[in-house]
Amino acid sequence: MIAMSFEPKVPQKDLDYQELRIYTDEELQNPSDEELKSFKIKYDIPMLEDLESGPWPSFVADLKVEALRRRKLADDRLLINRDVVEDLLGQLEVSFEDGETHWKHGGIVGVNGYGGGVIGRYSDLPAKFPGVAHFHTVRLNQPASKFYKSAFLRGLADMWELRGSGIFNMHGSTGDIVLLGTFTEQLEPIFQESAHHLSNDIGGSGSNLRTPECCVGKARCEYALYDTQAMCYELTMHYQDELHRPMFPYKFKFKFDGCPNGCVASIARSDLSFIGAWRDNIRIDQDAVQGYIAGDFVPGGGSHRGRDWGKFDIQKEVIDRCPSGCMKYEDGVLSIDDANCVRCMHCINTMPRAVRPGTDTGISILCGAKAPILEGAQMATLIVPFMKAEPPYDNIKDAIDRIQEYWIEEGKNRERIGEMIQRIGLPRFLEACGLPPAPQHVWRPRENPYIFWKAEDVPGGFERDIDDYRKRHAR
Amino acid sequence: MGLSSTKFGAFDPENPTKNRITDIGPRHFWDFFPPIIQRNYGKWLYHEVLEPGVLVHVSETGEKVYTVRAGGMRIMSSAFMRDICDVADRHCDGYVRFTTRNNVEFLVDSFEKIEPLKKELETSKFFSGSLKFPVGGTGAGITNIVHTQGYIHCHTPATDASSMVKALMDDLFEYFQSMTLPAKLRVSMACCLNMCGAVHCSDIALLGYHRKPPIIDHEFLAKMCEIPTVIASCPKAAFSPSTTADGKKTVKLKEERCMFCGNCYTMCAALPLSDKEGDGVVVLAGGKLSNRISPPKFSKVIVPFLPNNFPRFPETCDVVKRIVEVYAANANKYERLGDWAERIGWEKFFEQCELPFTEHLIDDYRLQYDTYRTSTQFKYTDAAWAVSKAAGGLD
Repeated sequence: MIAMSFEPKVPQKDLDYQELRIYTDEELQNPSDEELKSFKIKYDIPMLEDLESGPWPSFVADLKVEALRRRKLADDRLLINRDVVEDLLGQLEVSFEDGETHWKHGGIVGVNGYGGGVIGRYSDLPAKFPGVAHFHTVRLNQPASKFYKSAFLRGLADMWELRGSGIFNMHGSTGDIVLLGTFTEQLEPIFQESAHHLSNDIGGSGSNLRTPECCVGKARCEYALYDTQAMCYELTMHYQDELHRPMFPYKFKFKFDGCPNGCVASIARSDLSFIGAWRDNIRIDQDAVQGYIAGDFVPGGGSHRGRDWGKFDIQKEVIDRCPSGCMKYEDGVLSIDDANCVRCMHCINTMPRAVRPGTDTGISILCGAKAPILEGAQMATLIVPFMKAEPPYDNIKDAIDRIQEYWIEEGKNRERIGEMIQRIGLPRFLEACGLPPAPQHVWRPRENPYIFWKAEDVPGGFERDIDDYRKRHAR
Repeated sequence: MGLSSTKFGAFDPENPTKNRITDIGPRHFWDFFPPIIQRNYGKWLYHEVLEPGVLVHVSETGEKVYTVRAGGMRIMSSAFMRDICDVADRHCDGYVRFTTRNNVEFLVDSFEKIEPLKKELETSKFFSGSLKFPVGGTGAGITNIVHTQGYIHCHTPATDASSMVKALMDDLFEYFQSMTLPAKLRVSMACCLNMCGAVHCSDIALLGYHRKPPIIDHEFLAKMCEIPTVIASCPKAAFSPSTTADGKKTVKLKEERCMFCGNCYTMCAALPLSDKEGDGVVVLAGGKLSNRISPPKFSKVIVPFLPNNFPRFPETCDVVKRIVEVYAANANKYERLGDWAERIGWEKFFEQCELPFTEHLIDDYRLQYDTYRTSTQFKYTDAAWAVSKAAGGLD
């Protein structure tokens, strides 16, 4: 069989938990509910215990399970403070009482050769809570779209319980597997154990390329207009140096959404947002359209099943909601004026069995989203309307390199690329990227005439002679 | 070779470069796909939500994969991760997936496998009675709230995250397990405006915020920070150089210029902002980030401040629940919260949600002008009559 482009190019080490494991079955046995109900941690935590009830999964109950587990493990089966989880809960309760955090500002720690991926954290109450005196975070680069085999997760859980707090974020906001809380001494061992045995590297932080993230894509979504996993993986590997070693003015994020529905929110939170697009015609299955009208198929893929919204009305629910008014349903036939379609996905989301995106697909590239710090939140601005996105993505790497090189040169310290674009103006940024301006770059043309004409734009340039002027105009 | 249980494992502190592995990136995704996903990669035709939390995806090969989605805790222990693995091993050949919004997805390759899986998920509970794997979070409902670290790990928060999200999800639980809303409703939470997440484009966003200017640690500031960096950090140029009585270099602050962004504290540890009375929650609403029907839009500030009432934030939960209920009762099918608010007008949004409109909600930062109403098109509400009255325009 010929390997498809999305399959690994190099053989991946098979993971076998029985081979990887650190703890015995007996050690992994959780405490019983009876034990847990009567279990009191070292500190009084009445406010936190109030969060043990209610239907939603309780992180407090979960952390108590972990706290009691740690009490039962032998001394040499834990490499950091046994009380780390109890001390975390204790400090959290004190933070509630004080209405203030008890983590110190910053702290520079890391692993040799990398300038990111580890976040230093120290308690400001180390005498009271010695287990969290150091509470550093390690970000591990998650696999694309966050599918896992249990052998990997079990191995990770063993390694992290031994070498850290045993507490994770699955996942952090940028997408990493977050290992929450360990001491400085264990940072290198965690890094190398993950690399040697789980074949997994750490992620980005600081002024690095941050860990790229993608949607579920072709793995389980009919809307994926390009291979988000393959592209995310390829660019993550291609930019390893940028990911591990800070070389930018500030953080830089890539995110990959397979379609304009935007399940990883790339348009709101990535410096370069890659969103699937098509440029041919939407595929219509007229029989399936009739199926929706007849009530044979549930609209919206069943997303509104919980309430009786009445019989499906194609005019009201699809045609009238099309933002560009490019659809018609006449004489039992659905038609679309594709030249006027803005690919909002509404008709496709509402009648997925009848209406499908085109087959000439690629990506749109948008640039510059960020959170409010400092000059207000920004969404990403359309830079490239359409581009083919096929392995090995050389055209896209070239575009990225041009954009990043300009930002490295022009951006100020701690200035996100979106802020730089605001400062210098979109026209100059487009010029630097070698892109011609287009009406697609803006919602509407400018409303003021303050155009920054250059000398070379104007016949004769800017050099003029005042004496010559005065020959025509008295002072 | 297995994971090491020795102190330094694969790392040799005497010889740090020995056998060192770097720049290998993440595990390749392909091995982590269940076989049915590998077989149908890129071949999916359509999907359907069979019931809240249960999806079927149908491939052009005729195969169907069923997904059961369970609400997840972003913060979880190794013990809980093994619980997830136990379910995955028993029902899904050891495969499992996490979503962008911190849910856990269990995939099975036949319809018959759904019920036993669902049964196990729905009956798994913590000793305290909380569910471990509540099934839901699909379609026109409220899925998991994405959030940040809060007091669990962060040095700049103005509130806590995990506790607020737990309290909110308990209160919104019926919407997690149903699909009765006009459209999906995304709630997000960030504990300061550094916003590690996309809170600024959510249907409802909760944001921790400070309200007191930094305390200046005059005795230590010059030792801990570079004064020009501190001065440059402020977007409103509120700092200027100063000296203490005994001649130490420091900064002084024009308090009326402070917008409480905390950027100075990010740059200098000698300028803490956090404060029990000062800190609290801002509520924003009406943002979205999908391109469906209307383009993505930012969330708007609708409640300027609510207190940090730990651990369950009753005031915040009440406001969120009220907005959800009014939206559910009034919006059209497929209409996101922000689209509904824009259609009826924000004045009607405040009236219907019974939220006071205060001066804090009118933008007076740099980008203020494009929010001002330069039109006679508006709707009358009590707030409008109050202005007319104040202007002497009414009897």
